[in-house]
Amino acid sequence: MKQELEKRLVKGPDGVEFEVEPLRDYYCEARPSVHAPAYGKIIEDLFNWARAESLWILGFGTGCGAIEMRPLMTPRFDAYRYGVQWRPTPRQSNLFIISGYLSVKTLKRVIRSYEQMQNPKYVVGLGSCTINGGMYWDSYNTIKRLDDYLPVDLYIAGCMPRPEALLAGFLELKKLIRAGKGEGANKYAQNFDWYKANQKKVIHDWDMPDYNW
Amino acid sequence: MRQLLDRLSHLFPILDAHEQRDDLSFITVSPGHVRALLHHLREHEGCNHLVLLTAVDWLEDGQFQLTYLLHDRPRARDIGLRCFIDRGHATMESIHDMWPAAATYQRELKEMFGIDFPGSPRLNEPFILEGWVEIPPYRRDFDTKAFSERTFNHRPGRITHDPALHMKQKLYPDEA
Repeated sequence: MKQELEKRLVKGPDGVEFEVEPLRDYYCEARPSVHAPAYGKIIEDLFNWARAESLWILGFGTGCGAIEMRPLMTPRFDAYRYGVQWRPTPRQSNLFIISGYLSVKTLKRVIRSYEQMQNPKYVVGLGSCTINGGMYWDSYNTIKRLDDYLPVDLYIAGCMPRPEALLAGFLELKKLIRAGKGEGANKYAQNFDWYKANQKKVIHDWDMPDYNW
Repeated sequence: MRQLLDRLSHLFPILDAHEQRDDLSFITVSPGHVRALLHHLREHEGCNHLVLLTAVDWLEDGQFQLTYLLHDRPRARDIGLRCFIDRGHATMESIHDMWPAAATYQRELKEMFGIDFPGSPRLNEPFILEGWVEIPPYRRDFDTKAFSERTFNHRPGRITHDPALHMKQKLYPDEA
């Protein structure tokens, strides 16, 4: 357990001492819940269309694939014309691109970031490493299947996929969302115990709450 | 470079000296003399830059080889200092007081090879790995493939197309 996560006494600026237990005080203890479609099909279709046109990506490059996202932000490939943009924090984004190999250490940060994103949220696995381990298939420190740990909506194969492949992937993801198949967050909530068990199987020093809300 | 090696051989019991290039030599000494020789090279021979400190696992010999690479900037030459330590009791003197940067190398060696450097700052803090429970992963008796198969789930359907084997089967079907 890290020192900053331990229970301690803190003296406030007004001189009053109070007890802080970070794992309980800084996080919500509620489990994620399933959000079923609330309206009729016509309204939900409209919602899904709107969701598909607002893909805000979390700017978190987990591996070498992050380098392929940079040209997309520039005029040459210009992903912004498709309603895709990058945001600096998890709270502002709804699409998580796992860009390439994912080490166990990064997986921990990825889980924290994913859980902080707002519903509905989507995960795209980029490159062969997220599919079956890719060239790191026998590595001691990188995971082999991303869908064991997070609900993946779409994979973009390649090592590395070119920016054009990512653009095609975005369009494919839009089709999935418009068809009402972008249900990753609900899948995660439904199989929460299974995902947590898988995550804890590889992350041995689990020093965060089960749900990082 | 040769003159330097001659001078050093008069001062220290050098087990092996190897002049790889005009500007690069490797010297092997016993672990007990490493600190004194490093100090001598730094103070009297101008090799005041520690380029790297790294290890090699000689599993069959039961030894770790430590290499200290020093650089002499004015004369543009490098000197590598090698020593062998026992693999079962892997402990080496720390040199963090001579070069503070060495503490980081020693932390890495502790994590990846399990070589102990008593007194080195923050030695036991995780450097790259977090929550590692197995033997240090750079030790050659650590089977990374078996570990990965045990820990991470495998996705079926992965097949290998070895180009050499494929061409052999295509061109010489009766031999393959």
